[in-house]
Amino acid sequence: MESLYGSHWVLTLLLAIPFLGALGCLAGPESRARWTALFATLLALGLSLPLFWTFQLGTAEFQNTASFPWIERWGIQYAVGLDGISLLMILLTTVIMPLSVAGSFSYIKKRERAFYASMLVLMTGILGVFVAMDLFLFYVFWEIMLIPMYFIIGIWGGERRIYSAVKFFLFTATGSLLMLVAIVALVYQHQLQFGVVSFGYLDLLRTSIAPGLQLLLFSAFGLAFAIKVPLFPLHTWLPDAHVEAPTAGSVVLAAILLKMGVYGFLRFAMPLFPVAATSPAAIGTIVLLGLIGIIYAAWVAAVQPDAKKLIAYTSVAHLGFVMIGVFALTRQSLEGAILQMVNHGISTGALFLLIGMIYERRHTRMIADFGGLAKVMPFFAFSFTVVALSSIGLPGTNGFVGEFLILLGTFQRFPLVAILATTGVIFAAAYMLPMVQRVILNPLSRDENRELKDLNRRERWIIAPLLGLILLIGVYPQPFLDRMSASVDALIERVELGARQMEEPPPVEGRAGP
Amino acid sequence: MSEGYLVDLALVLSAVLFAIGVGGVLLRRNAIIVFMCVELMLNAVNLSFVAFSRVHGIDGQIVVFFVISVAAAEAAVGLALILAIFRHYQSVDLELFRRLRW
Amino acid sequence: MSEAYHPILPALILGLPLLGAALNGIGAFAWRENKTVPTIVGPLAVLGAFVVCLLNFAAMRAAAPHDPSLVPLWTWMRSGQLEIGVTLLFDQLSVLMTLIVTGVGGIIHVYSVGYMREDPGYSRYFSYLNLFIFFMLLLVLGANYPLMFVGWEGVGLCSYLLIGFWYENREFSDAGKKAFIVNRIGDIGFLIAMFLLFGVFGTLDMPTIFERAPTTLLAGGAVVTAITLFLFLGCVGKSAQIPLFVWLPDAMAGPTPVSALIHAATMVTAGVYLVARSGVLFALAPFTQAIVASVGVGTALFAASIAVQQYDIKKVLAYSTISQLGYMFVAVGVGAYTAGIFHLMTHAFFKALLFLGAGAVIHAMHHAWDESGDHGDPNDMRNYGGLRRLMPITAATMWIGTLAISGVFPFAGFFSKDEIIWEAGVRGYAVLWGTALIVALLTAGYMTRLMVMTFHGDNRSFAKVGGGEAGANRSGESARGRLHEVPPVMWVPLAILAALSAVGGWVQIPEVLPLPNLDLLHSWLEPVFAPAVDVASAASGAAAGGAHGEGMAHEAPLGGGEAFWAVMGTVLAILTIIVVFRRLSRRRYLPAAESSEPRGAASLLYHKWYVDELYDRLIVRPLLALWRGCWRIVDDRLIDGAVNGLGGVARVVGWTGSQLQTGRVSTYLLVFMIGVLIILGSLAF
Repeated sequence: MESLYGSHWVLTLLLAIPFLGALGCLAGPESRARWTALFATLLALGLSLPLFWTFQLGTAEFQNTASFPWIERWGIQYAVGLDGISLLMILLTTVIMPLSVAGSFSYIKKRERAFYASMLVLMTGILGVFVAMDLFLFYVFWEIMLIPMYFIIGIWGGERRIYSAVKFFLFTATGSLLMLVAIVALVYQHQLQFGVVSFGYLDLLRTSIAPGLQLLLFSAFGLAFAIKVPLFPLHTWLPDAHVEAPTAGSVVLAAILLKMGVYGFLRFAMPLFPVAATSPAAIGTIVLLGLIGIIYAAWVAAVQPDAKKLIAYTSVAHLGFVMIGVFALTRQSLEGAILQMVNHGISTGALFLLIGMIYERRHTRMIADFGGLAKVMPFFAFSFTVVALSSIGLPGTNGFVGEFLILLGTFQRFPLVAILATTGVIFAAAYMLPMVQRVILNPLSRDENRELKDLNRRERWIIAPLLGLILLIGVYPQPFLDRMSASVDALIERVELGARQMEEPPPVEGRAGP
Repeated sequence: MSEGYLVDLALVLSAVLFAIGVGGVLLRRNAIIVFMCVELMLNAVNLSFVAFSRVHGIDGQIVVFFVISVAAAEAAVGLALILAIFRHYQSVDLELFRRLRW
Repeated sequence: MSEAYHPILPALILGLPLLGAALNGIGAFAWRENKTVPTIVGPLAVLGAFVVCLLNFAAMRAAAPHDPSLVPLWTWMRSGQLEIGVTLLFDQLSVLMTLIVTGVGGIIHVYSVGYMREDPGYSRYFSYLNLFIFFMLLLVLGANYPLMFVGWEGVGLCSYLLIGFWYENREFSDAGKKAFIVNRIGDIGFLIAMFLLFGVFGTLDMPTIFERAPTTLLAGGAVVTAITLFLFLGCVGKSAQIPLFVWLPDAMAGPTPVSALIHAATMVTAGVYLVARSGVLFALAPFTQAIVASVGVGTALFAASIAVQQYDIKKVLAYSTISQLGYMFVAVGVGAYTAGIFHLMTHAFFKALLFLGAGAVIHAMHHAWDESGDHGDPNDMRNYGGLRRLMPITAATMWIGTLAISGVFPFAGFFSKDEIIWEAGVRGYAVLWGTALIVALLTAGYMTRLMVMTFHGDNRSFAKVGGGEAGANRSGESARGRLHEVPPVMWVPLAILAALSAVGGWVQIPEVLPLPNLDLLHSWLEPVFAPAVDVASAASGAAAGGAHGEGMAHEAPLGGGEAFWAVMGTVLAILTIIVVFRRLSRRRYLPAAESSEPRGAASLLYHKWYVDELYDRLIVRPLLALWRGCWRIVDDRLIDGAVNGLGGVARVVGWTGSQLQTGRVSTYLLVFMIGVLIILGSLAF
């Protein structure tokens, strides 16, 4: 096993497992699909978990890289690799996926084979996005993951599933098409300078681009990622998609898919276009939109009657924090932002799972239909409280560590923004606590709720690891911060250096074209 | 009468027959008659092929055999379709068949 | 002076309550019916921690260290320059605070065994209570601001959980939620202060900050003023000062021992602790200090005025707590940190006592009503009366508490309150001094009113107690046998606290009184507050002196020395008590169900100056309307309108085009013909 984690194969194997699992689901009988899917996701988890320890600290180099020519004529490669940022995203994915598969066992009652195959293809796409080191490959994975998600919402969703699925698809596709154009333009620039066509990430990093064009390309990339994040006012697909998606869909959407937007900024938009990324226009726009997202989404969340919609809006607020942290571009804020991506995945994933569990019992998502559940479902009440507290960033839970670092770092650069964003902490309490109160506290006044059964063994096993992670990251986040620190350093250096170099005459080798 | 004059007469007849066919297809509502008009157009074309073969060689006559055999097949399928439609709708009025849209 | 002090078993102080919380928490699920485990584990966890704290206190006394002792446990977060460790700080102040927290906390845990015995959530209750002690200790012992903030919000969480302990009551759940949200408003002040501190110092470790502050920060400058103002915003929330005090009266929804522990003795004093702990920073910001003292005295007066017209026994005590916290802020605001901590300590004794006494009364009333089948509000003092004969121990101990809080010699409150008023006076704050004196008299007044309504006169709900003639009561039966003294597990804690309230002030006896001169507290805390005092005296210029004395006046604003005003304080308090007692003893109260609302000025006080209503109209409702507007108008109409509008445009264009498709074969053919003709025509020409 030692050699496996030192080798090139581990990431490819990781990508292959869910894909083969999807084939297995389709090939096997309907009744076995769920077990195949669970097995495949657990296998992926088992394979990826040791990466956390085998990952070399202190270096920003990509690790476990592999690359093979794919379409040689156009310089397209199958190239994958791992750095501190993608490592955490990979682990988040492999942790969340088995839980959401297990969380679907009693929820998904029709066309199980197709469902679990979709989930596994989705997982392949997500993992691919996080490890791809070739822009073409990245784009392929980016689009691959769109399709199963569309079906998951459209087939197994709620009443307005078609509207939501189409909305989700159109929003995302609009952004990604622009990104494709920008990728091609970038490759063309690279070819002009170096005389070879390459989609390789490391190759493209060396391309020097005029500031005006940078801003244009950054905007194209940025739009695709900002829709995914989602930044205000591009967020309205999210509440609809979340509300209509089945539990597993909501979980994956919130816990992982949104992170791909931020990851895109961190991996591509910022290092590739450092001048644009540090230009006052870009920073101003994004930070402002992030700030509006934090406050506005919290306000809207506070008056939602639908539990899933409420949580969907909280995602907008949380991701607003993350975006501010990313673009404040300080050590603390960036590390906080990346950690907060993990945290949001854990806590919001858990919230959707929990809401899904009571939805299965009562077939309603309306907050007003519940009340007093603590009496009949004590374990649910306990978990729900812990998760909600993590979501509002109570110290001692993971949410606090992320938010604190983000705000602390942001304050050093944009004090006013940080102060305004801090008020989001109050609003977070103002949307989450009323929901907690109206779901698990208050009198048990409805007869339908009187007979509810507490979480069963399977459901407890799903929630328990998330609760554990919430507390673990809350009291001992250092191992996670250690893993990202070198990459964050390199990113800051790369962006700031790139931005500075542009102010001086362009470097000589940059012009050494054919 | 010269050879060319005969060809000219045949082409004029062909054009007239074709025009009658087009007019029938466009204006008539009965599917059978529309169908017969299509046949008429085919035969008008056949006539012009035969006429041209007098000038350009045997190729035109060969094509005519193809057209006749294809037209026979087409007639079989077309009539069968019309019969099927009639069984379904108890009518062969083309104005009634408006399902061929969006 | 002996060898340096090393903390003894520091992890155990925090570990025991945490372990207790975990065990009781598991118990709440696993063995719900079993009450033995929580009964043993709950109090023992806290008392065990108390023993460890005592050991540490003894060791510290023996070693008499001047440097704080740091116990690093593990690295919490390290990111670039930022390094935050889970590190505990043991110095004279924190050790004193741990003694108060675990000591009073332990007593209240024992009391809870009796009070909560029959509650179905018994195990859950002890789990929360243990967890509270853990967070409170963390707050006190944290060596850096973020760690302190963990405790700070942690106690807020426990307060939320315990206020809403009986969650099936909607009002109680609402009260918990209100407490949490209002506290969070303060907490953002704490957060922003930390960001500022990190920006200035590059660290959040308290010892480092306090050491560098006098040289790094400009005294009276904008930065330190901003830092301290934001810190104070946190204190305003946690310690229920104007304008964020509204949550504390509602917090009385929780079980009464909780009110005693969290909302009187410990958690709400965290703000005072924070100001005292950050004394150096506050000393550098005179403007903030003025704000602290003004808010403190304003709150003291305001809350005391409300307490005068409340009928709910716990509400009276709640407003009294707010008022007393105001006193403490006056003390730390004028720079008399030791006096603030002193009052914090004595207040912990007598207010815990008063709350537990009130709890005993409520407990007894509740049981009496349960037995008689009749029901009334067991918290309403209009339903009490004449309980002293049935509950003699409770009555006696509560009288001690009343005398202590009124500042009657030689009870605990006398020494601490006298010191605060005196310190405010000699530092030249005439308004603070005068107001504080008035509030002291108000305090004596409303506490006497509480005692008279509860323990004296005739009982208004049950029999004419002690009158001897049975049968005249509401339900036609004697109250004797129904209303009775609480069991020993509840009255023993009362007795201990009464003893502490009686003698707790003797640790610091003013020199001027003709008594044995005891100076334990000042000398104990002197090393902690010396830097702050130095900064303050350096700032006030040449008139620098010792800890207090030389540089200040020797007279109160109206003249008269310390001894004179100490005697005057007691005399005035006793006079107030006697006057109020005589007047109210003659007044006839009706039971709550039969009495009408007060009118006139009393109504304004009865309705708490309508502050809750004001906040509701001015803040809560407009905000909710705005939020709804954001959702319904901005999100649904504007943004989604634009999105769906785009979809609509596409649909209309498509529909227009689709109209060309008539479905008529002849149309298609006609168009086809026209097309052919056009192509042929264009080829021909």
